[in-house]
Amino acid sequence: MKKTLFDKIWDSHVVESIPNGPDVLYIDKHLIHEVTSPQAFNELKERGISVYRPDKIVATADHNTPTLNQHLPIKDLLSRKQLSELTQNCEENNIQLYGLGHPYNGIVHVMAPELGITQPGMTIVCGDSHTSTHGAFGTIAFGIGTSQVAQVFASQCLLVEKPKKMRVNVNGKLKKGVLPKDVILYIISKLGTNSGTGYFCEYAGDVFENMSMEGRMTVCNMSIEMGARGGLIAPDDTTFNYVEGKEFAPKGEEFEKRKAYWKTLKTDENAVFDKEVSFEAEDIEPMVTYGTNPGMGIKLTGSIPTGAGKSADKALEYMGFVQGESLLDKPVNWIFIGSCTNSRIEDFRVAASYIKGKQKAANVNALIVPGSRQVADQIKAEGLQEIFENAGFTLRQPGCSACLAMNDDKIPAGEYCVSTSNRNFEGRQGQGARTILASPLTAAATAVAGKLVDFTKSLN
Amino acid sequence: MEKFIKLTATAVPLETENIDTDQIIPARFLKATDKAGFGENLFRDWRYTKDENLNPDFSLNNPSYAGPILVAGDNFGCGSSREHAAWALKAYGFKVVVSSYFADIFKGNALNNGLLPVQVSPEFLEKLFDYLNSQPSGEIIVDLENQQISIKDSGEAENFEIDPYKKTCMLNGYDDIDFLLSRRNAIKKYEDKQLQI
Repeated sequence: MKKTLFDKIWDSHVVESIPNGPDVLYIDKHLIHEVTSPQAFNELKERGISVYRPDKIVATADHNTPTLNQHLPIKDLLSRKQLSELTQNCEENNIQLYGLGHPYNGIVHVMAPELGITQPGMTIVCGDSHTSTHGAFGTIAFGIGTSQVAQVFASQCLLVEKPKKMRVNVNGKLKKGVLPKDVILYIISKLGTNSGTGYFCEYAGDVFENMSMEGRMTVCNMSIEMGARGGLIAPDDTTFNYVEGKEFAPKGEEFEKRKAYWKTLKTDENAVFDKEVSFEAEDIEPMVTYGTNPGMGIKLTGSIPTGAGKSADKALEYMGFVQGESLLDKPVNWIFIGSCTNSRIEDFRVAASYIKGKQKAANVNALIVPGSRQVADQIKAEGLQEIFENAGFTLRQPGCSACLAMNDDKIPAGEYCVSTSNRNFEGRQGQGARTILASPLTAAATAVAGKLVDFTKSLN
Repeated sequence: MEKFIKLTATAVPLETENIDTDQIIPARFLKATDKAGFGENLFRDWRYTKDENLNPDFSLNNPSYAGPILVAGDNFGCGSSREHAAWALKAYGFKVVVSSYFADIFKGNALNNGLLPVQVSPEFLEKLFDYLNSQPSGEIIVDLENQQISIKDSGEAENFEIDPYKKTCMLNGYDDIDFLLSRRNAIKKYEDKQLQI
C-alpha cells in the first residue's frame, strides 16, 4: 500500500495495537520544561515508579524564566520554586537539564533542533502544544498533557489513536516581504482554527521545499493553531545539511547511514490523504490578525471582514476594532520579536536588515527576545546586536517571555502589540493586552513607524 | 482515577465559541507544582472584573446556574496543551463538558482526569442552550455506558462517540499508566529490535 510520510514514521514506532483501541507508540525523544513536568514527576513518585528511559529525555527551563538578570536569583517565589523543582527532579532521575545560564539553554523548540537533538524520522513529544515545530525535520512531533508526560516517563510510550492525515500544498513564488509566518497565517485564515483537529498535516510544494529550516519550523510550529496535532515536511538536503555537524547529531559513517534512511522518508506517489488543500504562493501577502484567535487573519493591507457573527463581535470588542476597518496606520506601542515561532537567527537577521540605519519610533516599547543562548550569541557575533542597539532597541535574554506572559514580560491592558508569537487569545500577553500576530519583518516595520504600515513598497 | 458511569444533574451554559485553555486557566496561574487549587482560578479573567469583583454577567456567577455539567460553545479547549485546564475544571466541580467540538489535546487531558468530554451535534447543543435558558435548573442525563446524553424533561436524546478503550478506563477508573506498565515486556522487545536496525 502507498504510504504517506506520516504513515512511514508512525508505523515504524508502533509497539503494538490494541484491538478497537489506541496504538502503543514508542517515543524517541521526550522534551520537558518546568511548567508541565512537576505534577508528572509527583505522579511517578506517588506510585513508586522510576523513570524508564532517562537517556531519552532532555530538559530546559524556558516558560517561566526572566529575560533580564538571569544570573540573579529569581524574584518571583513561585517561579523560583518551579525551576528548583525541575533541577531537583532532573538530578534525582538522571535527566540531562540545560537550565538557566547553561550555554545550551533556550526555548525547548529552539534549542533541541539547534543541538541536533531533533532528527528526521523520530517521534518527539513535549508537554507543550508547539512541539509540532519539530515536524519541520520530518518527525512526528506533538504536544501532550501532563498525564501523558507521566506515561512517557513510566514507559517511553504513549497510548494514542492514529490521527487522520491531511496535506496542504503551496506552490509558486512568494512575493517580496512575504515570510514563512505569513504563509502559515494565510493558511490558518483560510482553513480556520479547528480545520486540522484530528489530523496530522503534511506541508508540501515548492514553497516549503525552498524554505530554510528556520522557516519550516515557523510553519510547523503553528499547525496546532488550526487544530492539527502536528505538522511535518519531508526531509531533504536542506534538512540534512542543517542537522549535520550539530552537537548531538550522528557523526561520520553513522550520519551517512542515517541519511540513507532519512531519504526514504517521503510520501509515496498516489498515497491517499483524508483531506487535501492547495494554495498559490502568489496569493499570499504579509498577514496580520485582527481578532482573538489565529484564524482571524487578513492581509496587512486588507480590511476586517464584515458580518461574521457573535464570536467575531466579541473578539472585535476586545481588540477595539470595528468591522470593515483597515489596520494600516493604527498606532502600536508594543512589539515583541520572539517565541518558539519566530526567535531563530533568521528572524533576527530579517528584522535587523529592515531596521539597519533606521530608528525605533518614540512611542514603541520593544521586547526582542532570542530563542536560545546560542541564538543570542549568534546575534552578537553577526553584528546584529549593534544594529538593534543603534536603532534604540535592547535585547533580552532567552525564554518564552511575552508569548504567554508567565514572567514579568507583559503587555499592558488595552495596548496593541504586534507580536511574532503564535497566539492572540484574550489576555495571552497580559490581562487585557491586544495581540496582533505578524512576521518579524512586519514587527520590525511597526517598531520603526510606530504604527502598522505597508512596508512592502520600501523593500528593495 | 474516579469512575464515571452515569450522571443526572443540572448544568451551567457557556455559549462562547473557541474557548481556549488560556481562558480556562491563564498562564500566570501555572506556577504551581501540584494539581490542587486551580479551581479558584478557573476562567479567572471572565469570572472577575478588573477590580477583582465577581463579574455578574458571567454564567458561572449566575446564581440560577449550578451543577457538575458545563455546556460550552463550539471548539472547546483549543490552544495550549496545559492539563491545568482539565484540573481547573475538575477542581471547580465539573465532571462533564458538553460541546459540539473539542480540541484534541484537551480531550485527551480531560479523559485522563476523569472529566468526560461529550461531543454533540451543533443542533443538539443549541437545544441544550435553549433548555438551560428557559429552565436553568433543568437536569441533563449523561449515560456513559449507553453513550447517550438526554434532556431529562423532554426525553430528547443523542448518542455520543468515545474511544472504546477510553470508555473502559472511565467506567472502571483505570488510567493509561497502569496499562502501559503492564506492556513493559513488549516495549523492551521493541527497543531490542530497534537496536539491531
